[in-house]
Amino acid sequence: MSYEEKGVWTQLLSFAGAYIAYLAIVVPRLSHTPAAHVSYIAPLVVTTVASLFIAMLVRSALEVARPSDSSKADVRDRDIARFGEHASRWCVVGGAIGGIIGADAHWDYFWIANVIWLGFVLWAVVGSVVRLVAYHRGL
Amino acid sequence: MTVAPSKPTRITNRIRVLRFGHDEMTQAQLAEHIGVTRQTVIAIEQGRYSPSLEVAFQIAQVFGVPLDEVFQYPDGSTGQ
Repeated sequence: MSYEEKGVWTQLLSFAGAYIAYLAIVVPRLSHTPAAHVSYIAPLVVTTVASLFIAMLVRSALEVARPSDSSKADVRDRDIARFGEHASRWCVVGGAIGGIIGADAHWDYFWIANVIWLGFVLWAVVGSVVRLVAYHRGL
Repeated sequence: MTVAPSKPTRITNRIRVLRFGHDEMTQAQLAEHIGVTRQTVIAIEQGRYSPSLEVAFQIAQVFGVPLDEVFQYPDGSTGQ
């Protein structure tokens, strides 16, 4: 497995893990607090920053356990990254459009922010999955 | 002997044969010559990645052969 592919795996697991952790914190609050008063910024920032640190640690540990031949991305890595970006950008667009629709419909800020955030999470997850498929099945 | 493409490209190649004909050059050595990772050489050999024209020429130069001795494209495939 190349250095870049390890990075994609790490990104996928850390982003997905961070979002699951975020949902595990925020969703229970909705059961006893109206959405407009649910505190979501702090969990969102904490889980995201934590996932970045964990991703760095995991990637370093992976390199120690199974060193890569090279830490430089080559032409195939860049092609695959572009392919993943192209396939997943619609998630960000979808999140943004969802946010606009929510604002127009006078949703609570909580829901607007979470729709936009979901777009970013899907962008990261879908992009990573597409890249991993490209690494294994070909481009 | 050509390596059958295992998918997404119809381009076949003789890189494996050429490597063995050049003192059993390893995939890692070829990768170092052309400035890519070993995984990319493996993907090209197995037909899972079509290299850029520049990388294709670099591979041919390493073996000292014309491009079409390294890569082949089936006849009658144009426009499909």
